[in-house]
Amino acid sequence: MSCNSDQPDMNRRGFLGKTVVAATAAVVAPGIMLTVAKASSEEGASSAVRWGMLIDTNKCADGCSACVDACNKENGIDLMQRPEGQADEMWNAQRPQWVRKVKLRDKQTGEVSNLPMMCQHCEHPPCVDVCPTGASFKRADGIVMVDRHTCIGCRYCMMACPYKARSFIHQDVAEQLTGAPRGKGCVESCNLCAGRIDAGNSTTACQDACNRDGHQAILFGDLKNPDSEIAKALKTESSHQIRADLELNTGVRYTNI
Amino acid sequence: MDRLTGIKRFAGVLVGGALLLFTTGAISETAVTEGSKAAGLDTCVAPTADIRRNHMDYLKHDRDLTVRKGIRETQYSLAECVECHAEKDDSGAYKPVNAEGQFCSSCHNYVAVSLSCFQCHRKTPELKSGSDTAMNQGGDFNVESLGLLQSLDKPVSLSRDELVRLHATVKGD
Ligand code: SF4
Ligand code: SF4
Repeated sequence: MSCNSDQPDMNRRGFLGKTVVAATAAVVAPGIMLTVAKASSEEGASSAVRWGMLIDTNKCADGCSACVDACNKENGIDLMQRPEGQADEMWNAQRPQWVRKVKLRDKQTGEVSNLPMMCQHCEHPPCVDVCPTGASFKRADGIVMVDRHTCIGCRYCMMACPYKARSFIHQDVAEQLTGAPRGKGCVESCNLCAGRIDAGNSTTACQDACNRDGHQAILFGDLKNPDSEIAKALKTESSHQIRADLELNTGVRYTNI
Repeated sequence: MDRLTGIKRFAGVLVGGALLLFTTGAISETAVTEGSKAAGLDTCVAPTADIRRNHMDYLKHDRDLTVRKGIRETQYSLAECVECHAEKDDSGAYKPVNAEGQFCSSCHNYVAVSLSCFQCHRKTPELKSGSDTAMNQGGDFNVESLGLLQSLDKPVSLSRDELVRLHATVKGD
């Protein structure tokens, strides 16, 4: 199995299909657990898709934080309480942030652009390369995330990420959402609303919020499907990867910067 | 190593079972709390004895499916344990499943196993309309003898076949 290519390997898929049929027919040997996955998300993440985003910085409004707020709500980040007696500065530096607003100024012309910055869902993610436990991983559909069950909190991935996309949880967490577990000692970052996507949604929380506020700066979709809105937009507009020089082939791209 | 843990666990279950049978009154026959959804159901997502013995393996297996592969609708899920086993207090609010005397902690305290799931996972159901996931019916087990609410008058009696199935992972490793 190759880690570098996320093109679907049709031979392998065919083979797997047959194996599954064979396995169902066979008597289950002792020691092998067999669980039943229901039809709707039975197949899970598929390498036939690659999720990505296209962000139009011209449409991203100065001072708007709709996407950040929506993300905090969707992923239960707003449920976190400031530890007693912690200073503002420390709290703001340490609380998790999956998406943040970044303002860029062209030094020569003074032109200012705004953009939301989150995990770029690199095809070749440095955070995955450096993780000593395999906790930082890329799903078949291109979503990069942390498996908290195996994360040991070493924070190598935070060092390796060129986009400062990851946060470490420094404190005990009293309340979480069912779909967004969180606890002291693990690293986390934007997962492109994996739970929503797995449930069959086609938009992320930030995109919905941005649209609701009338900006339409964020477009989420399948980069591999030539008929998807995002693939069409990428084909017609000139877009950029941030730090394209690192050749990470990011799944999040920007226009008009 | 694996085999040893398997044997130890098996022994643990036997000893635990024996203790349970000899102790009358001190320990209730079931950890299912009144006022939880589970109390009104005939059976768990698998026969109770199976779940008691193997839930940790099932949960671990299916969490990997969910986190790593994005397969959400698995037969076993911690969220579903919480959904069914959280008890409501008098004001109608849910008690955390890991609170003293509640479903998860009552057994884990009894067997002195520390429970770290809820350092990260939510301890109460989310207040939204019920989900229909993962409540698959178990196989062709004798629900009478394996039901949730076992009593001392009707101790668990397993056929050899059932025992083998319940302890499939022990035998295999
Ligand atoms: S942006 Fe950072 S966290 Fe996201 S995949 Fe790339 S290196 Fe990993
Ligand atoms: S902090 Fe966790 S995810 Fe990041 S490199 Fe260390 S073990 Fe891996």
